Amino acid sequence: MAATEERLRRTMMFVPGNNPAMLKDAGIYGADSIMFDLEDAVSLAEKDAARILVYEALMTQDYGNAELVVRINGLDTKFWENDVIAMVKAGIDVIRLPKTESAAMLQQLEEKIVAAEKQFDIPVGTTHMMAAIESAKGVLNAAEIAAASERMIGIALSAEDYTTDLKTHRYPGGAELEFARNMILNSARAAGVAAFDTVFTNTDDVVGFKQETEHIHQLGFDGKSLVNPRQIPMVNAVYAPTDKEIINAKNVLAAIEDARIKGSGVIAMNGQMVDRPVALRAQRVMKLAKASGLVDEDGVILD
Amino acid sequence: MRMVLFLINNVNRSLPEDLMNQLGFKPFKSTTIDSTVVARTPHKVAISTGNDKVLNSIKEVVENNVADGMTISFHHHFREGDFVFNLVMQTIIDAGIKDLTLAPSSLTNVMNDMVVKAIEAGTVTNITSSGMRGTLGDAVSHGALANPVIFRSHGGRARAIEQGDIKIDVAFLGVPNSDRLGNANGMDGEAVFGSLGYALMDAQYADKVVLLTDNIVSYPNTPASIKQTQVDYVVKIDKVGDPDKIGSGATRFTKDPKELKIASTVNDVITNSAYFKDGFSFQTGSGGAALAVTRYLRESMKQNDIRASFALGGITKPMIDLLEEGLVDKIMDVQDFDKGAAESMHTSKNQQEIDASWYADPYNKGAMVDQLDVVILSALEIDTKFNVNVMTGSDGVIRGAVGGHQDAATAKLTIISAPLVRGRIATVVPAVSTVVTPGDSIDVLVTEVGIAINPKRQDLIAAMKKVPSVPVFSIEELEQRASKIVGTPKPIEFTERTVALVEYRDGTIIDAIKEVKD
Repeated sequence: MAATEERLRRTMMFVPGNNPAMLKDAGIYGADSIMFDLEDAVSLAEKDAARILVYEALMTQDYGNAELVVRINGLDTKFWENDVIAMVKAGIDVIRLPKTESAAMLQQLEEKIVAAEKQFDIPVGTTHMMAAIESAKGVLNAAEIAAASERMIGIALSAEDYTTDLKTHRYPGGAELEFARNMILNSARAAGVAAFDTVFTNTDDVVGFKQETEHIHQLGFDGKSLVNPRQIPMVNAVYAPTDKEIINAKNVLAAIEDARIKGSGVIAMNGQMVDRPVALRAQRVMKLAKASGLVDEDGVILD
Repeated sequence: MRMVLFLINNVNRSLPEDLMNQLGFKPFKSTTIDSTVVARTPHKVAISTGNDKVLNSIKEVVENNVADGMTISFHHHFREGDFVFNLVMQTIIDAGIKDLTLAPSSLTNVMNDMVVKAIEAGTVTNITSSGMRGTLGDAVSHGALANPVIFRSHGGRARAIEQGDIKIDVAFLGVPNSDRLGNANGMDGEAVFGSLGYALMDAQYADKVVLLTDNIVSYPNTPASIKQTQVDYVVKIDKVGDPDKIGSGATRFTKDPKELKIASTVNDVITNSAYFKDGFSFQTGSGGAALAVTRYLRESMKQNDIRASFALGGITKPMIDLLEEGLVDKIMDVQDFDKGAAESMHTSKNQQEIDASWYADPYNKGAMVDQLDVVILSALEIDTKFNVNVMTGSDGVIRGAVGGHQDAATAKLTIISAPLVRGRIATVVPAVSTVVTPGDSIDVLVTEVGIAINPKRQDLIAAMKKVPSVPVFSIEELEQRASKIVGTPKPIEFTERTVALVEYRDGTIIDAIKEVKD
C-alpha cells in the first residue's frame, strides 16, 4: 500500500481537465502530485470531452515522478462511472472522490475500480483512492473515511463547500477550519494515510498564503492543494528543513549506521537514545532536504 | 529547368552560388573576428555656414535630394508609433522615384503596408534591414521583391555602413526635438524614445541627413545626440509619432507560471556560473521572461551582495530600477523599450547613450558586446547544433529580426530562453529553418523542462550538475521530448528562388531564405 511509503506530498496541483495547454504543461512545475479535475472545473457540456482529453494526456505526456491524481465527478452524478473506467484504463495513480461523507461511498467507488481493473487486466489493487471531505458529516466521519480501504492514500479538506455547510465562510485567520483540520489530520494519522489541506484561492496574496501554509505545516499536514503553479515554490520553502535540522538528521542516521556496523542494539547520539520516531523524522528531513535541493545525492549540504 | 549551384557554409547551409558571386558575398566561416585593419568609407559633406536649415516641405527635400537608384535610410526608434516613415515614403512614391534601396535600422509593422506599396510602385527594389514581419514579411517570402533582402544584425549594419556595404545617400531621421541647425536628442518632447543609438550611424555616415521633427526648440539644443555638424535639413512636420505606441507604458511583470519557471531557471544558471561575481555585466531583452529574469537577478544580486558594472542593450524600466538601487553601475543604452527607460536618460548620468557601432560592431576598435559576460536571448527555433532562428516562422515565412542576437551572442555566457514547444510547434528542432546565430556562440538553452548545455562548454556542464533545481539534458533529449509532444511536422516547401540572405555580423552569409511555395 502506497500510503505506508514515505512519499512526499507537499503540493497537489489542480489542473482543469478541459484545458489542453495546462494539461500539457502540468508536469514542469515540480508538483509532488498533479490532480486532474473532471469535476468542478469542467462544465456539464464538457464532461465527456474533458475525460477524453485527460485520458489522452495521461497516455502521451511525460509527468516525470509526480503522483497522478484525478478528481472524478461525484457519486450522485451520471459521469463518475465512466470517469473511473477511463482513468483506471489510463493507469492513474489515485482516484479522488469528492464530497465524501462515509466509508460506504468509498466502498462503492472501490467496487467500480475493481471491475475496471479486471476489465483492463490491471492487477486488482493497483489504483489508489483518496477522499475529499467537504461537509460537517464528512468531517465527523473522517476516521472511518480515512480507514475505508487498503487503497486509501489520504484525505483532504475542501474548505469552500465545508464552510458553506457550517453556515460561515472563509476568514483570513482560518479559525472556522480549525476543528476540521484537526479531525482530518488525526484521522489520517490514525489510519496511516496522508492529510492534505485545502486550497488558498487568492494567488496574489503571497503573505496570507505563506501564513496559512506555515500553520498547516505546524499542525502536521503532508501538504496543500494548490490552484496555481506559482504557489509550489512557496509551499516547498515552508516545508524545507533548516540547515540545523539537516545536520541533526545526518547525525542521527550516522549513529544508526554506526550501531548497525557495531552490531549494537541500542543507538545513542550525544548521550541520548535514538528511538524509532527520531529515526523516522531524520529520514523524512533528509528526503525533504533532497527534494528542496538543499543537499546533493550524497546528503552534502549545498550552499 | 535552370541548374542552381550551391555553396555550403560552415553551418551546413546551401547558398546560391550565382547570387553570392553576383553580390560579392562570402559564405560564413566562423564566429572569430580576426584582428586586421579595415578602411572606413568616405561620405560627402555639403558645407553650410548658414543659420537656418528648417524647411516645411518634405516634398521639397525629396525632389531636391532623392534620385532614382539611391539608398535611403530610416531608424525604428519610434517602433509601432512611427509617423515619419510613411509620410516620407508616400512623398517619394508620389514623386515617381524608382529603384531605391531601402536601408532602415529595422522595419516595424506600422511601415509594412507602405513598403509593400513602394515595392509594387517600383520605388523600392532593394531592402536591407534587421528584420520584417506581418504583411511585408509575407509579401517578401512570396517573392514580391525581385532582389534578395539582406538581413543584418545591429552591429552588422553599423559595420556595413562604416565599410560602405550600405552607402546611404539620404537618411530621414525622425526626432522628438531639434533646433534650427539640427542639434537633436531622443529624450525631450512628446514622442520621446530615449537613446538614438541606431540612428547615430546614419547621422554620421549618410551623405545627406534630414531630420524630421514636430518640436523645434531654441538654439543651441543640448544635450545633442545628433549634431548640427551632421545635419543638412530640419523639416517641421505635425507629429513624428504616437507616444502611446512607441513603447509599452508601465512595464507589468508576467504572471504566466511557465515564463516565470523559465526565468527562474535562467537566473539559477547565471547565479551558479563563474560569471556571477562583483563587477559582472549582462544584457536581457524586453519580453515577459526577460523582464522576469531581471526581477530574479535583482533578488540574487542583493542576497549575494553583488553589483554589475554595466547592463547593455535594449533597456527597460526594471533595468533603470537596478541602476537606481545601486545594483548596476552603468547602463549602456542603444535603445529604450519603455517610457520609464526613455525618460530616465535625462536625469541619470550613468545611463550612457551608445551608437550601434559602440554597442556591437565587430569591425571597430572595441565594442561593448566584447566585454559582455552574460546575455539572455530568445529563439523561434533552436536546433541540436544550437543554431538559432529568430527570423522565419514554422511556415517558412519571414516574421522576425536579427536585432542584436548575433552580436550579443558573443558574450561569455549566452543563454537562450525559450519554451520547449509553443502550442503545437516545437522550438527545439533537428534543424532550424533559418540559421541566424551560429550554435558555436550559444552556451545554454533554458526551457521549462530543463536546460541543455553546448557540449563545448564542459565547464558549464560540470558547474550545472551541482545545481539540483536545474535539470540538465542533452539538446538531443530536449529535441526528442518536444517531438514526442507535438509530433513531426511536414517539411515546409520552398521554391528554388532566394528571397533573402542573412549576413553574419562580419558580413559573410550565414543563410539564404527561399520563396515559400503555397
